[in-house]
Amino acid sequence: MTQILMPALSPTMEEGNLTKWLVKVGDTIEPGQVIAEIETDKATMEVEAVDEGTVTALLIEEGAQGVKVNTPIAVLSGEAETSPPPRGAGAGGGGRSDAPPPSSSRTAERPPTPTPPPQGGRGVDLEIPAGTQMIKITVRDALRDAMAEEMRADERVFVMGEEVAEYQGAYKVTRELLQEFGAQRVVDTPITEHGFAGLGVGAAMAGLKPIVEFMTWNFGMQAIDQIINSAAKTLYMSGGQIKSSIVFRGPNGAASRVAAQHSQDYSSWYAHVPGLIVIAPYDAADAKGLLKAAIRNPNPVVFLEHEMLYGQEFEIPDVKDWVVPIGKAKVRRQGVDVTITAHSRMVGLSLKAADELSKQGIEAEVIDLRTLRPLDTATIIESVKKTNRLVTVEEGWGQSGVGAEVCARVTAEAFDYLDAPPTRVHQVDAPLAYAANLEALSLPSVEKIVDAVKAVTYR
Amino acid sequence: MAKGNGKQQSAEATKDELLQYYRDMLLIRRFEERAGQLYGMGLIGGFCHLYIGQEAVVVGMQAALRDGDQVITAYRDHGHMLAAGMTANGVMAELTGRSGGYSRGKGGSMHMFSIEKAFYGGHGIVGAQVSLGTGLAFANKYRSDGKVCLTYFGDGAANQGQVYESFNMASLWKLPVVYIVENNQYAMGTSIQRSSSETHLHKRGVSFNIPGEEVDGMDVVAVREAGKRAVENARAGNGPTLLEMKTYRYRGHSMSDPAKYRTKEEVDEQKAKRDPIDHVKKLITDAGYATEDDLKATDREIRAIVSESATFAQESPEPDPSELMTDIYIEA
Repeated sequence: MTQILMPALSPTMEEGNLTKWLVKVGDTIEPGQVIAEIETDKATMEVEAVDEGTVTALLIEEGAQGVKVNTPIAVLSGEAETSPPPRGAGAGGGGRSDAPPPSSSRTAERPPTPTPPPQGGRGVDLEIPAGTQMIKITVRDALRDAMAEEMRADERVFVMGEEVAEYQGAYKVTRELLQEFGAQRVVDTPITEHGFAGLGVGAAMAGLKPIVEFMTWNFGMQAIDQIINSAAKTLYMSGGQIKSSIVFRGPNGAASRVAAQHSQDYSSWYAHVPGLIVIAPYDAADAKGLLKAAIRNPNPVVFLEHEMLYGQEFEIPDVKDWVVPIGKAKVRRQGVDVTITAHSRMVGLSLKAADELSKQGIEAEVIDLRTLRPLDTATIIESVKKTNRLVTVEEGWGQSGVGAEVCARVTAEAFDYLDAPPTRVHQVDAPLAYAANLEALSLPSVEKIVDAVKAVTYR
Repeated sequence: MAKGNGKQQSAEATKDELLQYYRDMLLIRRFEERAGQLYGMGLIGGFCHLYIGQEAVVVGMQAALRDGDQVITAYRDHGHMLAAGMTANGVMAELTGRSGGYSRGKGGSMHMFSIEKAFYGGHGIVGAQVSLGTGLAFANKYRSDGKVCLTYFGDGAANQGQVYESFNMASLWKLPVVYIVENNQYAMGTSIQRSSSETHLHKRGVSFNIPGEEVDGMDVVAVREAGKRAVENARAGNGPTLLEMKTYRYRGHSMSDPAKYRTKEEVDEQKAKRDPIDHVKKLITDAGYATEDDLKATDREIRAIVSESATFAQESPEPDPSELMTDIYIEA
């Protein structure tokens, strides 16, 4: 007897819907045969049998929602293999193991669950007018809507990149844009990042407003020369004549177990460069509002998204034209004991850490930087003057990082207000490992943030 | 050169060769199926790009090499590693991110290497390995050591700029490199017709004076013959050749690709009519080199190797936490 388990069909999948069974009890199946269809948050996938045998039971009904990965979904009887059972299998005698995988192998890569708004510490959101209707939306759809709205409003806006059109986006961020705007404005490119980034800059110089999607920012590194040397500098070099209103966007940072070449945080790389605007939003409202602002902005914008946030739902104001100003940080939680600065996914971790700390009597103020260039120094300084302590959090490396810049500005402008040396939380100074345990050790965590806060508050 | 004709060239393979190719290709197929299964169980994380359908390419090319010749490829790399003689245990344990893996768990599916087997990875950025392979060949010429480097890339990578920068230097300097473009017809979800102005990729070297050849990449003997010609040409100091292997991947681009960009009928037809393992099997049985029962014995042997690798890959411990900060610099 072999149990067929709910498979993981993507690096970040935790559960899925079993939309259709293509076999029934009594059917004989062969390796490679499609037995079911499963819907993930990104796509509907076919599940192929690995073993041969006869279906003796279907354990999960067709149409079941939210089936967790590794839940047994069917039972197969058939030719047993002669291999020794993997570790943890109780039954001897050559049967294949039904044991779930060691718990350590996936716990580290779970995307964070949406953070509930911290109690008490979070005040009224001044950006959202009182009485505004709120709707729930994923970050993925917020980004999509931002592009769609700006494309409706301005026919110069177009989107190009790998798999953005017919495939509907490698991460489904450009879903249905092709259907609405057609192939002239939603352009599938070959895998040729340096070329299409440069082409985008050229089109921007000619007055169009390109949105260039990189499947991930790791591949954007192939194009970094065009982003910096062409997009960022040409306005200056031309004495103000040549403008490039262009948005480069895509997921940035570590996804889940995709190893060193696919897991880099480029925040500080691009924040280093005059001539660029650099944005890294956390929630859906900022993703949408800042992307709309970025598309309208006359300058080149580097827009850093996060794959682990795409599927997360947040509340967003249900207003006609939601735009968030570039260059303004957001105080996500108010507190008096320490200032934590963060951006992108690290905001969620910082808010969780603040909740933990609150239970221990430490009230942290959490500032979401949102825009990394220009950096909203004033909001940070104002907070540090109140809390007298600073912890910076970022997913990338420490040296010459965003946190280093924040610390430098705070020590320069609020030195006399500091009661402890500013402290940085960041990825350890090594490429990101593939192994689950090393990956978890490498990246910032709620625990590391809590520890850093305790250090600067001498607790 | 003429397009490979499977029937004619198959006659040139001996019984032992054919049996060996069958075994090597089957190992890759069964290994990849098991990797897909372990991925579904959550034991393999991240991206996992399976090689199923393309086995004849690496097995045929490897048969054209001498010991010491190098191989480099991108991230659909498990087949290349097994063909190069790397162990199933070591590859599978790297897939599960364990200390028994070729990179001690630090590289994963896309990043494995073996100096012993002259396999130089295992690279995650589309097209980047083409320049690296050209550099390996540069070193071969520099040392006059007679080695040749096989540099693999996909039809998707064939549009990256550094591929052509590399072609120019390799031809200009007559470097001992063989470029193999594995044209499986889809760059992730984009068909070659939608991505490439010239879809006959073996012509892509023409303006660099690199001879090109289209090869039936589902016929292991045709691959080997084309490989021999190209490798010996490179070894003789005549510079690179571009071999376009017409092949097909059965699975999605990675485990998370629903592959909606092609029909099930198309995939089924490829499996039914062009399967590289069925092809060798038929050559073997038609020639009376082995019976179905003999081949079943091989199947069982391969299954045992793969099962053992899966067990090893689950029992091998995770890397020690101290590994986090090793291999960043060499102490000087």
